[in-house]
Amino acid sequence: MTPLAPTAAPHAWLARQSRWSWFEVVFWLATLLPFFLFPTYLTLASQVAIAALFAISVDLILGYAGIVTLGHALFFGLGAYTVGLLSARLGWGEPISGLLLAGAVAGLVGFVASYLIVRVQHLALIMVTLGLGFLAYELANAMTWLTGGTDGLRGVSMWQIVGTFRFDLWGYTAYTYSLIVLFLGFLVSRTIVNSSFGLALRGIRENVTRMPAIGSDHSWHLRKIYTISAALAGVAGGLLTQTTNTVGLDVLSFQRSADVVVMLILGGTGRLYGAILGAIIFLVARDQLAGVNPQYWYFWIGLLLMVVVLFMPKGILGFLAKLTGRRD
Amino acid sequence: MKTKMMFATILAAGLSWSVHAGAQETVKIGVILPYSGPFADAANQLQAGIDLYIAKHGSEVAGKTIELVKKDTGGPAPDVAQRLAQELVVRDGVDIIAGFALTPEALGAAPIATEAQKLMVVMNAATSIVVEQSDYIVRTGVTIPQLNTAFGQWAFESGVKEAYTLVADYGPGHDAEKAFAAGFTEAGGTIVGADRTPVANPDFSAFVQRVRDANPEAVYIFVPGGAQPAAIGKALSDRGLAPPDTKIFAQGELTHPEALESMGDTAKGIITTYHYSLERDDPLNNEFREAYREANGGRSPDLFSIGGYDGMHLIYEALKKTEGDTSGDALIEAAKGMAWDSPRGPMSIDPETRDVVQTVYIREVQEVDGELQNVIIHEIPDVKDPLHGTQ
Repeated sequence: MTPLAPTAAPHAWLARQSRWSWFEVVFWLATLLPFFLFPTYLTLASQVAIAALFAISVDLILGYAGIVTLGHALFFGLGAYTVGLLSARLGWGEPISGLLLAGAVAGLVGFVASYLIVRVQHLALIMVTLGLGFLAYELANAMTWLTGGTDGLRGVSMWQIVGTFRFDLWGYTAYTYSLIVLFLGFLVSRTIVNSSFGLALRGIRENVTRMPAIGSDHSWHLRKIYTISAALAGVAGGLLTQTTNTVGLDVLSFQRSADVVVMLILGGTGRLYGAILGAIIFLVARDQLAGVNPQYWYFWIGLLLMVVVLFMPKGILGFLAKLTGRRD
Repeated sequence: MKTKMMFATILAAGLSWSVHAGAQETVKIGVILPYSGPFADAANQLQAGIDLYIAKHGSEVAGKTIELVKKDTGGPAPDVAQRLAQELVVRDGVDIIAGFALTPEALGAAPIATEAQKLMVVMNAATSIVVEQSDYIVRTGVTIPQLNTAFGQWAFESGVKEAYTLVADYGPGHDAEKAFAAGFTEAGGTIVGADRTPVANPDFSAFVQRVRDANPEAVYIFVPGGAQPAAIGKALSDRGLAPPDTKIFAQGELTHPEALESMGDTAKGIITTYHYSLERDDPLNNEFREAYREANGGRSPDLFSIGGYDGMHLIYEALKKTEGDTSGDALIEAAKGMAWDSPRGPMSIDPETRDVVQTVYIREVQEVDGELQNVIIHEIPDVKDPLHGTQ
C-alpha cells in the first residue's frame, strides 16, 4: 500500500481503495462456516449478523463522519416496530417488502432528525441523540394501544420468504436471510466509504471548519449520511423482528444504543469490518460468559472493554492492522 | 436417487437421535430468567425457590435425574428470550422450559414451546394473556387481575363507596388499575379519580396532594417494589393521608417486609391483596420460610420464590404422573387440573386455561409483638383470573 499522498489521478486512487482484498474474500467465506461447524448456533449467528448490520450503520456516522451517538436504537426500534405493526395490526407479513419499508420509515425520520443533528457538536450532540432515544422509548411506552407497551407487541407472524423458505426452529432460514441482508448492507456501506462522498465525510471528521473553506457543503453531507445510517439501522431492526417474531420496548432502549457503541469500540471504528468483528466478539462472549455464570458475565465484558481501550485504542482490528504493518 | 439418499440420511439421523433419547436418564429443564440487569434480584429470588425445592425433594424423580440449564436474558428482552428458548431446545436438548419472570420474555418464548411441543412453566410473568399464547404453557405464579378484581369487590363489600387510584405508569400498573376498578365498580363503587406516576421518578408529593384535594374515602396504590413503597408511604403520611381517616389499598408489594421496615409506623392500617403471605401461620409455610431463610442468608421468600418453588412442584408431580415421559403433550395433560397444598395455601391448575387458581388473601398491617406484620383479615378461596375468555 502506498502512503496517503496527493495523487494526480484521484479516481484511480479511489478505484484502488475499493478493490477486494483476499482478506475480505476469506472473511465472507468464513461467514458460511456456522452452517457446517456450529449448526446449533445458527440463531445466535443470525443475531450476530443483525447486530453487525446495526453496528455498521453506526460506524458510518460515528467512525466516518464523527457524529457521536448514544441514541441510535431510535432507528433500530423504528424499523423493528414498523415490521411488527405491519404484521400485527395490518396482517402484512411479507418479509422483503417489510424490510424495505422499515428502512424507509427509519430513513425518513432520520432525515428529519438530521436537521437537528448537524446544528450541534461534541457534548451537545451526545445529549441530543440521547434525548431523541429517550423520547422514542417513552413514546412507545405511552402508546400502549399501538405498541403493546412493556408487554411487547403480540401477534407478529412472518410469511415465508419469497413464498418458499419458512423460518425454522434451527435458524437455517434466519441466518441465511440475515447474512444476505448484512452482505447487501455492507456492500452499500463499502461503496459509500470508498467514494468521493466517503472521503468528504472523513474530511469533516478530521476538520469540520476546513471543509467549507474548500467548497464542500458539509452539513448536506452530514444529513445525507445520517439518513442513510438511520435507514440501515431500521433495516437491522426490521430483521430482528422478522427472525424472532417479537418486538418489545427493549429495541428502543438506551442499553441497545450503548451496546452497539461498545461493539464498535471493541472492533475498531472507522473500518467497516471493525463493526462486524465487534458484534461477533460482544455477542459470542456474552453468550459464552453468560453460559458459565448467568449473573455476573457483564464483569468480563467490562474488563475486555478496558483492556481494549487502554492497549488497543483503535480497537482490535486496528491493533491487528498495526501488527501486520498495514496502514489505516 | 438423491431424494432416497437424503431420506435415508434423515432416517438414520432420526434413529440415532431416538436411541440416544431412550438411553438418557436425565430430565433437562431450561431456566430462562433475567439473572443480570434491573430484574436480577427477582431472578435470584425465583432461582432460590427452585433450588430450595430441589434441595428438599432431591434431584431424582420418576427414575430420572433433574438437570437445570440456566440462561440469562439481561432484562426485559423478548428477542433474547426467544433465541435462548430456541437454543435450549435445539442445542441443549431440554425437555421442559421454565422460569419467565417477565411478561414480554414469556411472550417471546411462547411460539417456541408450541413449535417444539415442550412444556413451558411460567413461574411469575403476571399478565393474563401469557397462558393463551401456547397450549403448552402452564402458570404457577399469579396474575394481577386475579388479585385485584377480587380485591375491588371486597373493598366495596367492606363498606367503601368511593376510591381514588394511583398507579405506576407501566404495563403492570395499568393492569392493576383496570382490574381494581373493574371489581370495585361492578360491585357498585365509584372511582372518583385516577392518576399515574412515572415508573422511574419516585417523587410522589404532587400526586399525593391531588389525592388529598379529592379527599376520597380510600386510595388504591400500585408501585413497583424496591425503594418506591417507602417513598410513597412517607408522602402519604406527610400529607395526612392515613388510615383510619383515609383507607389505603394496595397490592402486596407495597408492604413486603423490607418496605415495612423502612416505612415504620406510617404503614399501620394499610390493606393489601396478595397470594403469598410470609407470616401466615401454617405448618407448610413455616417450614418453607425457615428453610428458605437458612439457605439464603436470612433473606425472606417473596412472590418470585414461591412461584419458582411451586413451578418445580408442578414439574415433579407431572413427571411422576407420566412416569418419566417428558413429551410436552403428556406433561401438559398431567398438569391440567393438578391441585396441591403449597406454602401459599391450596392451589390448582385450571384444566381449561392452564392458569393458576388460588386463595387471595386480604391483609392489614398491624403490630404483632412489637413488629409490623401483614395480618390476614379475609380469605377469598379458589380465585381464577377473571379476564380469560373475555378478550
